[in-house]
Formats: sequence, structure tokens, C-alpha cells
Amino acid sequence: MCLGIPAKVIQIEESKIGKVDYLGTKIKTNLTLLEDAHVGDWVIVHAGFAISKLNEEEAKETFSLLREMVDKQDAE
Amino acid sequence: MKKKVSLELGSGGKLMRDFIAQHIVKNFKNPLLDELSDSAHLPHQIAFTTDSYVVDPIFFSGGDIGTLCINGTVNDLVVSGAEPKYISLSLIIEEGLSWDELEKILKSIRKASKKAGVEIATGDTKVVRRGQCDKIYINTSGVGRVLAKPSISKIKPGDKLILTGTLGEHSLAVMLARGDFGLESTAKSDCAPLNFLLPLWRKGTLWMRDITRGGLATVLCELAERIPYSLLIEEDKIPLSRSVRGATELLGIDPLFLAGEGRAVLIVPGKKANDILAEIKKDSLGKKAEIIGLVEDKIGKPGELLLETFSGGLRLLEPLTSELLPRIC
Amino acid sequence: MRELRDKKVIKSLLTEIEKRTQALSSPVRIMEVCGTHTMTVHKFGLKNMLAKAAVEMISGPGCPVCITPNEIHEVAIELVTKKKNLILTTFGDMTRVPTQKGSLQTVVPAIGSLIKIVYSPEESLEMARSNPEKSVVFFGVGFETTIPAIAFTVKKAFEEGLSNYAILSAFWLIPPPLKAIANAKEVAIDGFLYPGHVSAIIGEKPYQFIPREYGIPGAITGFEPSDILLGVLSILEQIKEGKAAVSNEYARVVRPSGNPKALALMSEILETKNSHWRGLGLIPRSGLKLKKKYSSFDAEVKFNLKIKEGSGDLPGCRCGEVLCGIVSPPECPLFAEKCNPGFPYGPCMVSFEGACFVHYKYSRN
Repeated sequence: MCLGIPAKVIQIEESKIGKVDYLGTKIKTNLTLLEDAHVGDWVIVHAGFAISKLNEEEAKETFSLLREMVDKQDAE
Repeated sequence: MKKKVSLELGSGGKLMRDFIAQHIVKNFKNPLLDELSDSAHLPHQIAFTTDSYVVDPIFFSGGDIGTLCINGTVNDLVVSGAEPKYISLSLIIEEGLSWDELEKILKSIRKASKKAGVEIATGDTKVVRRGQCDKIYINTSGVGRVLAKPSISKIKPGDKLILTGTLGEHSLAVMLARGDFGLESTAKSDCAPLNFLLPLWRKGTLWMRDITRGGLATVLCELAERIPYSLLIEEDKIPLSRSVRGATELLGIDPLFLAGEGRAVLIVPGKKANDILAEIKKDSLGKKAEIIGLVEDKIGKPGELLLETFSGGLRLLEPLTSELLPRIC
Repeated sequence: MRELRDKKVIKSLLTEIEKRTQALSSPVRIMEVCGTHTMTVHKFGLKNMLAKAAVEMISGPGCPVCITPNEIHEVAIELVTKKKNLILTTFGDMTRVPTQKGSLQTVVPAIGSLIKIVYSPEESLEMARSNPEKSVVFFGVGFETTIPAIAFTVKKAFEEGLSNYAILSAFWLIPPPLKAIANAKEVAIDGFLYPGHVSAIIGEKPYQFIPREYGIPGAITGFEPSDILLGVLSILEQIKEGKAAVSNEYARVVRPSGNPKALALMSEILETKNSHWRGLGLIPRSGLKLKKKYSSFDAEVKFNLKIKEGSGDLPGCRCGEVLCGIVSPPECPLFAEKCNPGFPYGPCMVSFEGACFVHYKYSRN
């Protein structure tokens, strides 16, 4: 029920209605709930509304943490 | 309150299965019907099947109700071990349907029959008042020549499951054509005849089903219930197109339960699996085919369908209980 | 995204988890509060993998569809089967919930009426605009994640004077039931996985009372299998260090103070109320309703609907205790007798992943 998918903003109209892209599928998304959103931002989309902007730095950190862990265990 | 028929009855879910068992099989009891297979095998090697098409909308990317009404019936014959030969065509049209649309549908029917190697042998046309049906409904029956008898009783542990292509494109194409959910995608229906699978019956294929309502999971659950083993499939072996992955994750739908109209799943003896897979891959419709799992007697209980997930965990799959997308065929 | 589901990554995380549980004398019990976490645990088969690593996952009250009481589902059914020319829109999951009157998928709508599944609440608004001759009612349920989106449609309808639009709402707040669970006499929970997307709205602060007042560790996590395991790992670290905190393992999405714009919209349109949760009973200030200014968009007011809160509860239902991990499903006197998947009383029997449903399906002889 609280499903949210990270997708890329590809279009924003003045009314804050926009479109996001996820794996080539585009879906109408309301961006009203975000302070500021720009084309190219990654956002979490839930029930047709963007509820949060994705912090790419933090995402990278999680990925590298996981990668390090796998590498470290491989080495052991 | 008087009991009324709800949409759910026709959804392919539990209510429909109960209805067939309690009201159809019971009332019309005979050995042919009791089999409840995709087509009935009559005396003199004749196979016989029927299906009605009420898809909404009648045109979608990759096909229309005309393509569907031929391929659907052709595929029911192919997967029951018969070569499709003759089709009956019964049209129920709502007054006011445009001539252009009707002609377009008839053209699709002509093209699809040619491709599937079947002839329209007989037919009927009715027109009803506006509002009494939705644009056009089509019923087709199909007659074919029996080549092989699927043999569930010969299925044994170690036999392999082959999926002939990607899942869910038909469901997605219909959803897009309905304009639902503000979704945009380049997905096309996979609607196609499965005649290219016919030679595989002679190569040792034990069982075949086209993946329609309820998707791969429901089709395999129904098979698992009829054999004394479990079925194990691997999530990362299941081919999915980028567009189906995108749309299903966005909407929170499981592609294992989505319908196609041109895909089948086969059970083949373990030793013959690679040869049969190579054979399927030769056809343009089978390029994405994969061995997705096997018949098991060690993991799970008899009658269960298990999925080894991307993450390595095991998950029990259940048949679809009710359809979320109305009228896709 | 795929990396977060990868077998190798998951295996590594499980190895790390096992390293930490080996030092403990008994298995660790962790509640995943959110229904969408439950879905991930179920969908990727994590439950058994974690059990092998001595971590028992318990499903919490975080499925809004399941905890919406029977009487509200029945009112929605009444509305669409009795009232002509009404479009009832709702999320797909809502249509499956069985009641004594059937489910939204099995009933026959009144003449001119229909039930329509939507992805976004905005689709309902659009339907109201393009069907001025019909009443459109959005049967909207949700937690803090979904509530702002639904509140937005009411604000819009108010501004546009869209008088044929209304909502039948069942809005639930996550922190109050956590308090109820933590308050239970025999809490058998060693850690909470907090819902990532609810937290994207409300932030970290509303959970702080859990470590502070109850000393229970917790982590905010996302919805990929790796996210869940990272959350579990963080809880185990807290246990090891003998401390309790709210760690944010979903910092790529959750800011400490949440989403201020969404929170402001919620308080502009809605106010708190005491709400009756299926199986958990009345929880003070655990729900939201439309403020008086917007009451003409409240389907309950507009159609004079009578929802008798608590009337669908059956004496003896022990779902609350099952949710807290205090009793197992068969210890409930209603289990499998009066309460079963075809006619569920408690939320644990409604959800496909609910403890009672799973037990009914797979563990009975």
C-alpha cells in the first residue's frame, strides 16, 4: 500500500503536474508535495504523487557500502 | 436480496472455477467435458474448442479483437496437441459501430487466419441495439487434427519447464489502450499464433499451456495441483521486457499473474530440454525462450508451485484469486 | 535497483546478520511495521532466510487495507450497490477485502453506478470533472504516505467547486498503534523496522518516544530486500551496543524532518480523531478526518452514511495480541472457526501476508 518507486522527472507543467520515467515507462505524476522539483531529478512516486526527492549521494553511499561488504567477504 | 451474477464470476478466479465445477460440469456431465482441457478430443482424431472475445477496447497496440479471436482459439488447439484447421466466426455487433472499424477487424481476422493456417468454415452475424453489447463481441470455435495426447501422468521429477517468451505484454497493451492510470509505454500485445510449437509434440513434449488469464503463476498452479510433485521456477530466469518490468513495478502488479496471448509454458523431459529449447529459439516468436524451472520431489510439498526469488529466497505461489484488469480477451 | 535484490548482496548481508545473532542466546524478534515491508519480506522469501539467521520477523499493523474495519468496507459496498449513478473509485487492494456483504469485486453496482480502480487519487478528481452528472466517491484509505495525496484532491475540489466529488476516508496514523503495541504487557519485540515512506512524510522524530520510553531499538528502512536487511543489521548493532535509537537506513529518501509541505497540507485539511482499528480496537488520536470547512466533501456527511464504529468486531478476536507476538494464531478462539480467509474478522486474516492467513493456509494439517 505504501509502494513507492524511484523514477526520473522528465516533464513539469506550471500546474506542478508532470511526468516521470521508470525503465522507459512514463506515468503522470503530481509534484505539488515537493518544495522544488526539476526535470532530471529522481523522486519517489507513490499513488501518482512524488512524495520525496531522492538524495543521489546517499543512494551511492548505500550502494558502495553493500559493494564493500560483498568484496570484503569474498576476500575472507 | 436476490443473488445476481457479478463481474467476478467471469474473472478466471476462484468464483469462476467453482461455477464451472458446480454448475457446468455437474449439469452436463460427460467424459469429454470432465477433462476440462483447452480443447476436447473427439473420435476420429478431431479436436474441438470454443472461446468468446469481449476485449475492451477493441483496438490496442499490437492487435485488435480480430487478431485475438483467431489466435486465442488457434492456441487452445495447439497446446492441447492438435493442428488447427477450421474456425467458425460469430459476430455480435452493437448498432452504430463504424464501418471502418468493422472492416479493420475483418481484415485482421483474414490476416491472422492466413498466418495460423486456418480457414473460416462457417459463421453468423447478429446486430443488437445500442447499449446491448459494447461495440462488438466475437465467438470463434476451432476444429483441429489431433497430433498428440498431452500426458500429465508421465511427468516426473527432473522434467524441465520451458517458457517460450516474455510475460504480460498483452495485459499491459490493453491497459494502455484503455488510457488507465496515466501510463505511457511502447508495450505491444504479444498476440500471435503458436503453431510453431506443434512439431515439439513429436519431440517428446509432455504438456503445454498458453499463458492467458491468470498468468504464468495461475497456469502452473493448476498443473501442480494435478501432479504428485512440486514445481520450482527461478525468478531470474523468467524473461520480462523492459516495459513490463517498468509498468508492473510502478503499479505494484506481479508480472507472474499477467496475461499474454502468444506465449506458452511447456513441460519436457530433462534430457531433451536443451534440444527443444534450441528448436523454439529458431522461431522469431521463441527467441526469448528460457528453461525456467523443473519438476521437483525434494523441495516443497506435492501440488505446490515454488519460486526461487532474485534474492535467493523461496516463495509459494498461489493461483490468481481475482482479476484486476477487466475484459482483456 | 537490481543490486539491492542481488543474491550475492543478500547472502553477504545474511552472513553479517548471522555473525551478530550468534553472540545472542535467543532468536531476535523484529516487527516490520509496514505492510509494504511485509510484502518485500514475503515476495523475496526473506522470512525463511532470516529465520535461519535467528531473526524472527513479525508483521505489524501497517496494512491500511487490513486494519480498516469491516463496517467501513460494508458502507462502501452499500453505497455503490444502492445508489444510482455513482462512481466509486478506490485502490486495487481495497476491492478484495471480503465482508458479509461480499467484496467490491463480487457485488453488483446499482444501475448507472460502477466501481473503478485507480492508481492515483487524482484520477478520481478527473472522473468527477468529466462526469458532472454522476457522483464520484473516492474510497480512500491510507497512512501518512497516502493521506497528503488524497487531501490534495479535496483541496482542489474545494477550490474548483467540484460539488459531485467526495471521499469516504479511512485515514490512519502510524505512531499511535506503535505506542499501543509497546505498551502491551508482554511485549516480545526486540526491534522495530519503521516504514520508509510514512517516514518520508513524518520524518524521524515521531518514533523517538520508542527508544526513549520503552528502550526498544529501531531503524527506518526502504523496501528493497537489501534495505530490510540493512535495517535488521542496524537493530542488531544497537542490541550489541546495549543502546536504543531510531537509525535512518533510508537516508536516500527520508529527511530527518520529513516532508514539510505534505505535513502542512494535511493539517490544513484534516484534524485528528479517535479511531477504531480492526482487531486493535479504539486508539486515541490515531485517525484523521476532514475539517468542518471541507465537510461537504465527506461522503459520510454527504450521503448520511452511518458507520457504527466497532460494530464489526467480534468478542474474542486476539489479533491485537497476535500482532504483538504475544499469542500464536491457533491460540485465538475464533481462529479457523468463525474467522477464516473467506470471512475474516481480524486484520491478520485479511491480508495475504497476515500471520493468521499464513497460518491458516500453510500450517494447519
